[in-house]
Amino acid sequence: MVFPMTRQRQPGPSGPGPVSRLRSWIGPLPLQQGLLFIGVLLLFAFLGQNTAESMHRMGLTPGFAFLSHQANFEIGESVLSYSAGDSYARALGAGIANTVKVAVVGCLLATVLGVALGIIRLSGNLLLASFVHGYVELLRNTPLLLQLFLWSAIIHALPPPRGAYTLLGSVYLSNRGVFLPSLSIEGLPAIVWLSAVVLVVLAALFLARRLFTGSAFYLPKSAAAAVGALALCYLTLTSLGFAASVEIPAKGGFNIRGGLSLTPEFAALLIGLVVNASASISEIVRSGIQSVKSGQWEAARALGLKPAQIMRLVVLPQALRVITPLMISSFLDLTKNSSLAVAIGYPDLVSVANTTANTTGQALEAIIIIGAVYLTISLAVSALMNLYNRRVVLRGEGKR
Amino acid sequence: MSQIELAPPVAPDWHRWREGLFSSWANGLVTLVTLAAILWLALPFFRWAFIDAVWTGTAADCAGETAGACWAFVGAKFRFMLFAFFPPQLQWRPALVLALIAALLTISALPRFWSFRLVPVWLLALVGIWLLMAGTSGLEPVSTNHWGGLPITLTVSIAGLAFAFPIALALALARQSDMGIVRYLAVAFIEVLRGVPMIAVLYVAMLIVPMALPSGAAIDKLLRAQIGVTLFFSAYLAEVIRAGLQVIPAGQKEAALSLGLSRIQMLRLVVLPQALTAVIPAIVNLSIGIVLNTSLLAVIGIHDLLNAAKTSATDPTWLGFYSEAYIFAALVYFAICFTGSRYSLWLERKLKASDRH
Repeated sequence: MVFPMTRQRQPGPSGPGPVSRLRSWIGPLPLQQGLLFIGVLLLFAFLGQNTAESMHRMGLTPGFAFLSHQANFEIGESVLSYSAGDSYARALGAGIANTVKVAVVGCLLATVLGVALGIIRLSGNLLLASFVHGYVELLRNTPLLLQLFLWSAIIHALPPPRGAYTLLGSVYLSNRGVFLPSLSIEGLPAIVWLSAVVLVVLAALFLARRLFTGSAFYLPKSAAAAVGALALCYLTLTSLGFAASVEIPAKGGFNIRGGLSLTPEFAALLIGLVVNASASISEIVRSGIQSVKSGQWEAARALGLKPAQIMRLVVLPQALRVITPLMISSFLDLTKNSSLAVAIGYPDLVSVANTTANTTGQALEAIIIIGAVYLTISLAVSALMNLYNRRVVLRGEGKR
Repeated sequence: MSQIELAPPVAPDWHRWREGLFSSWANGLVTLVTLAAILWLALPFFRWAFIDAVWTGTAADCAGETAGACWAFVGAKFRFMLFAFFPPQLQWRPALVLALIAALLTISALPRFWSFRLVPVWLLALVGIWLLMAGTSGLEPVSTNHWGGLPITLTVSIAGLAFAFPIALALALARQSDMGIVRYLAVAFIEVLRGVPMIAVLYVAMLIVPMALPSGAAIDKLLRAQIGVTLFFSAYLAEVIRAGLQVIPAGQKEAALSLGLSRIQMLRLVVLPQALTAVIPAIVNLSIGIVLNTSLLAVIGIHDLLNAAKTSATDPTWLGFYSEAYIFAALVYFAICFTGSRYSLWLERKLKASDRH
């Protein structure tokens, strides 16, 4: 298709041109600002120059060529297949995958635990609420690193697999790690079907919201849609010839076999991050729900709504506006905190990059990679959040 | 507020307890189940920590099969956990530093002392801490390699706060400025530092800064870590201060300028006193975060409180009492940070109350 190249000139005074727009963006004191900018550039150039010289003195070539060299260290565990002798790029990729794994699982579990605790704080039972309050205070007033050290010490002090603690006959706690029952589908790697299920459920929820209600929360139909989607998933998979089964770990000889096994390091990191983040999330949920003015409750009650309806139709939509951005920033915190893995031996990105820096000497490049990965995650999430905020704010203004 | 606010009638304590615990059958059941669960969780811990605990003696006393927590270990390594490798015969100096920090924080916590006169007081206190730890003409010099324990944790925290403050103030003002380049430099600095984990900043301070200095120049390891902590928190503090600046209505600034105040005077006399007072509770919370996050210094091999506690459990005569060491450190951190967070809550309520008048 061809667009006409001539532009209709609008009547009236013309808008600001690019030069004057740039000038108004720069604002007052353009010369001094320019000098400041040049000064900052010069400072970086000076530091970069020094770094390059130091690296040459140490016999290193600055740059990322080392990424394709062979890495001669092992990685304790990894989602991506990796073994000593693969390239550094692959090792770092395995580190990133491990970071993503602990962050995603951690955020999911922390949300579940945190929301439950937040609701308990509001439940009205004094003993339960005080207990959760104590839990929150304890976790928020001690360093996360200390908590991780303690979890790590506790897991390493568990009995060996032979005498492992058992919960409900299917969860084993031992110093070799934590063993959980797993759902496995023959012939398909776990990650594939797991992400498929998550995608289908999300799509179903989205559709349910669009088709039936147009409003954010309509629990029964959303739940029905999610269950339906899950059933559809299951039926499709079984009809395609994949058999799903639950595998329960069992003691065998000197180890525990079967099921889903978490290494001690991963378990300590995951438990530490989840427990720590659940404390913040429970506070966010509690304060979010409490931020809805009591007049809203009273008005809804006066309209004859039942408590569950008030929660779903009046309180939650307003509370979520407060909760969502805070929740997302605590997900980001959890992701950044997962970098403490390096202190308890879980091979996350920081840990692998640290090993890379030690074996190659390319510390600058390793740190640049760490920074770039975390910055990408942070900036992408905050861009999404700004988008969400703008939508929510606009909607709020429009309705008022 | 046009509405008259009446405080709700306060029920007697036992009444509230009965209401909270046994208001209905279901609630009573929840109470009992919770009680049972807490006892089930807490009793083994209680047994370990108190009944079976070994309070005095040597490592041999703690080695028994039935022995619980070995608090004798904490007693024996108490000095090390608090002061780490500081020469024992000079330990009055870090002890005095702790007292000095406590006095400084107490003075700063009282609203009646809030003024710009606190600035020289803080600077003097920091100089005093430095002289006591490092030594001067009269005092035997102690290298920063031997500093450690709680004084490091607290000194790095308050020095971090003190030095981050002017940087953060400048960044917050720059981020609000109408000068585009200045604004974008501030945004870039803040977003980069807030987007990366603190450990990455500490790695830069440890590994990159020595390389980036001109050959021959060197900065002490602890000082580098301090710079890293300072810059990291200045980004967070800048956002806190910016939130304070945003609540000052534009009319106030315009009024101040139309009275003939210069921009600096407007900031110093009108904007900052209000903006900073409004965010003091948030600054206190951030400071708690600093104290907790200085524990990351352990990862780069500085003997802060957490690392000192961890190291004390590697003593060959007292090997492996990690849980006791961590619990002791946790109690110290908790005492400091819980006090801080209560103070912050109290302050918030007080400021809100004074706002209403």
